[in-house]
Amino acid sequence: MKIPYYPGCTLKTNARNFDVSTVASAKALGIELVELPRWNCCGTVHALAKDDVMHYLAPIRNLIRVEQMKEEGLTDMKKVVTQCAMCYNTLKRANAAANEDQEKMEKIRNNMEKEPEYSGRVEVVHFLEILEKGGWEELARVVKKPLADLRVVPYYGCLLLRPREFSIDDPDNPRVLKDLLEALGAEVVDIPFKAKCCGAYHTVHLKEVTAELSHRVLAQAAEAGADMLVTACPLCEFNLARRQGEMRKMHPSFESIPVVYYSQLMALAFGLDEEATAFQENDPDPMPVLVERGLI
Amino acid sequence: MSKLYYTYGPENASFKAKVEELSGENIDLCFQCGACSSGCPLTEEMDLLPSTVIRHAQLGVEEALESKTPWVCITCFDCEIRCPRGIDIANVMEALRQMVLRTKYDRFTLDQLTPEELRELPQIAIISNQRKLSA
Ligand code: SF4
Ligand code: SF4
Repeated sequence: MKIPYYPGCTLKTNARNFDVSTVASAKALGIELVELPRWNCCGTVHALAKDDVMHYLAPIRNLIRVEQMKEEGLTDMKKVVTQCAMCYNTLKRANAAANEDQEKMEKIRNNMEKEPEYSGRVEVVHFLEILEKGGWEELARVVKKPLADLRVVPYYGCLLLRPREFSIDDPDNPRVLKDLLEALGAEVVDIPFKAKCCGAYHTVHLKEVTAELSHRVLAQAAEAGADMLVTACPLCEFNLARRQGEMRKMHPSFESIPVVYYSQLMALAFGLDEEATAFQENDPDPMPVLVERGLI
Repeated sequence: MSKLYYTYGPENASFKAKVEELSGENIDLCFQCGACSSGCPLTEEMDLLPSTVIRHAQLGVEEALESKTPWVCITCFDCEIRCPRGIDIANVMEALRQMVLRTKYDRFTLDQLTPEELRELPQIAIISNQRKLSA
């Protein structure tokens, strides 16, 4: 199965480990993720103001690339899969908003004269939705190295689950990450703040506020005796992992805890090499606990 | 902003209409249950609770534009999944931010960061921050 893949900017830089582990574990499942040609930044946030059509151009242009791929025979589906929670939300919502309002769609078309007209018919999906559709039992069959005894806490963040209309799961009681991690053989523990905001873009100018919000999540994970926290968003990862120094300044007894992408644990459980798991790019380092659990 | 009550007169109608137009939300649906505020992770940093901002908007009280709250709001939509009246409060916050930003007023600019800070931040953080806080 070949699916057009939109990685987004951060997966090509700070979150390279998210990108490589995704592409490699998809391959192990028989899914070829074909990167969109000439993709551009989606804009990272959906334009919420009702008259702000200008900011739909960037996400919609990416959807036009998907249609071009189909025309060129690079894929047979009008579907694009993303991994970054923010890209997913932005592409999905711009697509829905343009389709809902023909006047907006016209405006978008008129403002992109050099591009082919967007039909409105590309479907935006998240990688987790593809995995869920494939079935957890099917996925478990590919597991070569079950993550036995690894105690993990799934963290959903905001934009995979909210707003309700665009959720990939039940926003009040999400379970897709739990199901996936259990299929990989891990011991999964839930925390109350599994979908509370990490502080998101406040990390730029309100570092302490972000560190405080992220600390609340990690404190619950630590209390649950977790070996690591598992995330699905590169901005969550940055705040939860790279702001731990800030957290220690505010809470001196805070002990660091590794944060990894769910796709990295997939690659590990599928028995893929360190090129694919890319744990060397995580900080705090998850290796010691993985070695201790006999997984590496 | 610390006034306990406001009255609604014709002079308030245009502000309210503007908030409704920009947010796309029917603000009158709010019955002040406070569910949005109870779920909001950032109320400690706010001067008005999210539900109070909605009340200000209902009454067309322009002082809502001076509140810290829309800037502290992180657009996490925790309020949206709780509101029993189907209001997306985050859209109202965006409307208020836009009304300020469109007077060419930047809330935060990147030149306030050191080169080191700028280097360590992922693009996703910088772009979303600027989309929300600059004109
Ligand atoms: S979207 Fe804003 S107001 Fe609503 S819960 Fe999140 S931070 Fe609070
Ligand atoms: S949850 Fe909805 S109805 Fe209740 S106070 Fe907030 S906006 Fe109003």
